[in-house]
Amino acid sequence: MAIVAPQATRSTVEAALRGRRADVRGRLLESMLVLALLASLAILVALLFTTMVTAWPVLSSRGWDFIRSDTSSIESRAGVWQGLTGSFILVAFVAVIAIPIGVAAAIYLQEYARDTRLNRALIANVRNLAGVPSIVYGILGLVVFVQALRSLTGPDTYGKSFISGGLTLSVLVMPIVILVTMEALRAVPSSIREAAYGVGATRWEVIRSHVLPYAAPGIFTGAILSLARAFGETAPLLLVGAVTGYFSTGTGRGPVEVLQGKYTALPTQIFAWAKLPGQEWRQNTAAAIVVLLAAILIVNLLAILLRNRYERKW
Amino acid sequence: MGVGAPRVSLEIMRGSATRRRKELIVRAVFASAAALGLIISLGIVLALAGEAVLWLTRIDLGSLWAQGWFPRSDEFDLLTLFAGTMMIAVIAMAVATPLGLGAATYLSEYASPRTRRILKPAIETLAGIPSVVLGYFALTVINPTIVQKLFSSAGTFNFLSAGIAVGILTIPLVATVTEDALHSVPAALREAAYGIGARRRTVTTKVVFPAAVSGVVASLILGFARAVGETMVVAIAAGATGTALRTFNPLEGGQTMTGAISSLAIGSDQVRGSGNAFLSLYFVGLLLFAVTFALNVVSERFVRRVRRMY
Repeated sequence: MAIVAPQATRSTVEAALRGRRADVRGRLLESMLVLALLASLAILVALLFTTMVTAWPVLSSRGWDFIRSDTSSIESRAGVWQGLTGSFILVAFVAVIAIPIGVAAAIYLQEYARDTRLNRALIANVRNLAGVPSIVYGILGLVVFVQALRSLTGPDTYGKSFISGGLTLSVLVMPIVILVTMEALRAVPSSIREAAYGVGATRWEVIRSHVLPYAAPGIFTGAILSLARAFGETAPLLLVGAVTGYFSTGTGRGPVEVLQGKYTALPTQIFAWAKLPGQEWRQNTAAAIVVLLAAILIVNLLAILLRNRYERKW
Repeated sequence: MGVGAPRVSLEIMRGSATRRRKELIVRAVFASAAALGLIISLGIVLALAGEAVLWLTRIDLGSLWAQGWFPRSDEFDLLTLFAGTMMIAVIAMAVATPLGLGAATYLSEYASPRTRRILKPAIETLAGIPSVVLGYFALTVINPTIVQKLFSSAGTFNFLSAGIAVGILTIPLVATVTEDALHSVPAALREAAYGIGARRRTVTTKVVFPAAVSGVVASLILGFARAVGETMVVAIAAGATGTALRTFNPLEGGQTMTGAISSLAIGSDQVRGSGNAFLSLYFVGLLLFAVTFALNVVSERFVRRVRRMY
């Protein structure tokens, strides 16, 4: 008279726990959450797709010519060369100025600074600076670099030069560099620091030989992503005088004249073109956006590659 | 023992003088870099405040309440800018709140680790798209295919389509900050709830969400601040040209704080002569800085509360 117990499978247990009612509201919530996620991604896909479709006639018929042409008021001759090179020069400023200073500041705040009220205020201040709208940095650049330091930044262009633009973007990006670097330094376990202190290393020796190598992948990624941010930034450049129309650069100028000269950037060109009427300008704008997004994508890929390389080493 | 080992003195432990000097120099270099952060923020305040006060003393204060924003005719109606900015920010948050919170909750509570690893970077890619691109998107896609189909009275430039585009820009910010907050809720809390037979829906809405609510609120405040400070979308798609009548209708075009600054800056060569109009840029900038700074401080408070709890 053995009683055969019903076998407890996963589904019978779940069913017993659930009771008779199906969890309709639970399913509903889950599907709504999935929908929110998919909608966000669908927007991304739709954006890329429509831009590509609009840009295709220009990119397929003109191709390289569109990239290598200067700005022009004639639709079929306008290209993005000045904007593209301008953007790269501006980003080079950020790489040379904002990243070293930002990383150094982060090392101080994370590794040297004691937990005093002043230092805590300093860190909170950096975090707030990262949230200040970019156009406010544009006003700062206008006052300091364009107006006050005109004799250095561009005596012949009323201060509206690469130098002003590059410095403004550097100031804008610096808080972000500081924050991501601090995050990367914080992730290095303190046991690694203690091991180095234990054999008599000074603080700088600990940082240089132990902390920085471990934090390098994180710092690199953060730094390069902030370069991508600088590449797409538009609003502050409008205030520090990026040209929104046609201009000629002239040839045979030395590097100082170039840096003190008129300039434009790719996103600034897109802004100017987006406001022009007509189907041809619309296509040009879309094509310029494709170039901009491609450049940002390449920069981001570079970040990932560099990170992988360093991660293998350490 | 008498092996003749030198006695360890404080002098030996301190190391060589060159090493110590190097240490001091390195420290000074890093400290001065950190001090630059303070200088920048002081610079912003000084750059804005001086000129803004100068502007206030020059204009007739009655012109801060007028029919609209006409800087060249000395009509500086602040309510016009404020109403425009609020319309953009509210519409943006109406888009970004459900999508951002939904995406974050799914990624943190429902998605398998593998799905998470693929989808999270995809959301973050959205954050890398420059705002000028979203402005073009608002003008050429969102407005003709969505807004004008729904509301036939909508013009080429209107707050609604610009607000939607700003909302899209804000989604990744809301999603990542919320996801961080949800993720930092300890697993023990979830397991305790599951242990007494709660369903996933109950765990998510009654346990995890309340525990992380400060972080969620912080993400919304940050998103709002981002929307208030967004410039390019407004400059392209909301019709933010030099002048605007006061309006509370999101289907019309108009002016925001950021839009006013950028259009004054673009037209700076023509405007500079008339003095007061260009100087108003600093005052509006100071206002914008104060608003976003306050929002950031508040959200920082909320984030710290989550951190203190767990």
